[in-house]
Amino acid sequence: MKKTTSKSRVVSAVLIKDLRIEVRSRVVTNQVLPFAGLIMIMFAFALDNDDVLQRVAGGLIWLATIFSLFVIVQRSFAIDTADSALDSLRVAGIDLSAVFLGKAIALTFQLIALDVVLIASAFLLYQVQVSAIGLVLLVTCVTCATTGLGFVGTLYGGLTAGANGRETLLPLLLLPVVAPVLIAATRATEAAFGSGGAATSEGWAWVGLLTIFAAVFGIGGSLAFGPLIDE
Amino acid sequence: MSQTSAQSSQKVSNTGTQATRVIGVLAIVVMTWVVISGLSLTSADVVQGESVRIMYVHVPSAWIAYVAFIVTAIASAFYIFAKRHSLGFDRVAGASAEVGVMFMAITLVTGSLWGRLTWGEFWQWDPRLTTTAFLFVTYIGYLAVRRLDGTTEQRAKRSGVVALLAVLEIPLVHFSVVFWRSLHQRATVLDPNGDVKMDGLMLFTLFSGVVGFTLVFMWLVLHRQRTMLLSDLAIERRIDDAILNRQNESVGN
Repeated sequence: MKKTTSKSRVVSAVLIKDLRIEVRSRVVTNQVLPFAGLIMIMFAFALDNDDVLQRVAGGLIWLATIFSLFVIVQRSFAIDTADSALDSLRVAGIDLSAVFLGKAIALTFQLIALDVVLIASAFLLYQVQVSAIGLVLLVTCVTCATTGLGFVGTLYGGLTAGANGRETLLPLLLLPVVAPVLIAATRATEAAFGSGGAATSEGWAWVGLLTIFAAVFGIGGSLAFGPLIDE
Repeated sequence: MSQTSAQSSQKVSNTGTQATRVIGVLAIVVMTWVVISGLSLTSADVVQGESVRIMYVHVPSAWIAYVAFIVTAIASAFYIFAKRHSLGFDRVAGASAEVGVMFMAITLVTGSLWGRLTWGEFWQWDPRLTTTAFLFVTYIGYLAVRRLDGTTEQRAKRSGVVALLAVLEIPLVHFSVVFWRSLHQRATVLDPNGDVKMDGLMLFTLFSGVVGFTLVFMWLVLHRQRTMLLSDLAIERRIDDAILNRQNESVGN
């Protein structure tokens, strides 16, 4: 019982620490959000067709999310490795799976904030529409997809933390892994928007796949994160 | 240089053994047969014509690539979960992944060429092709992780975890792509999942190709994991020499 309490305290301490760093530094707010917004605008320049943009809006939102994920993960672990904070956590004798969970939840919160802005910009720039039931699907999809991305981003961020060339290695490792999230979240978002005549009910199966992804990498990450940084 | 590493480097003066020589000779014999039979003895296919001969390279190389990645995963699991973390398992995992990536590249190139001739396109978003491409990129990432800075133990641990995560990732990628493609219309000149009937010699040549490529795989992995051992020993020797030089400098001062 004591161990459980201690683990939850570590999770919340790491979560609060990461969110506090963001609130004070405002890197996501001042740099990542404008970067993601720019991606949405650049897609509009590249595709240059309102109908096409409405049709592919779901995919563009999730591509922008994944590109931004690399930036947020690298930033989060750069702070931790710069002052050997990860080493300090390791020698403190705390449960490293709790550190993983804390960092993953913090990353998920940041991704949710990012997706709210991206979806809002899709409404403004691409003129997509959503029904009430579609909104429920969209919120569930964003929650499940960002949770999966939070787990997998934290795991691979820990793997490449402190390594030379991590800026290029992280996308190489992460992109193939997040392909199922890109496919499933795109299809679910398209169903929520009704893009290309897709029915809202078609999206729920994809949300199921997103949930499985999040569960697999949540469990896998909790087990693997400790050995990865325990060096 | 430590006594153990000195003994090991003396033992591994070259990467060949009696076993690898036998495997090498067998591989040459079988592959020679496959080349002769595949190019001249077997007949052209009724539908695909001469292009069917690509099959004798494409199918065995795909088979070996998948076997190589399974060997990598099993060897990585042995390294991580065994009580004694033997670096031998890590070297087998790394060697197998390198050879697997090479065979996977051969599979993708020959598959594209064959696809152009039979389907009229170099590439199709078929679940099997797409999953294979993802597998290829995933193991290139695995090899990049093996080249990160750090000790041999760090390399073994990091790459072992990546190899095991790849085992989790591949079914998810495959399932999502199958599900994704189920919503799209197929645009094939020839159905890639079509039932292909083969005559006896073609089937035997294909089987010989699988055996031949398996022998080549074994030969390459055995030699490669030994060159990795020599490389690790060379690094260890350099570190030992540097420590010894430093100690001598201290004594001299």
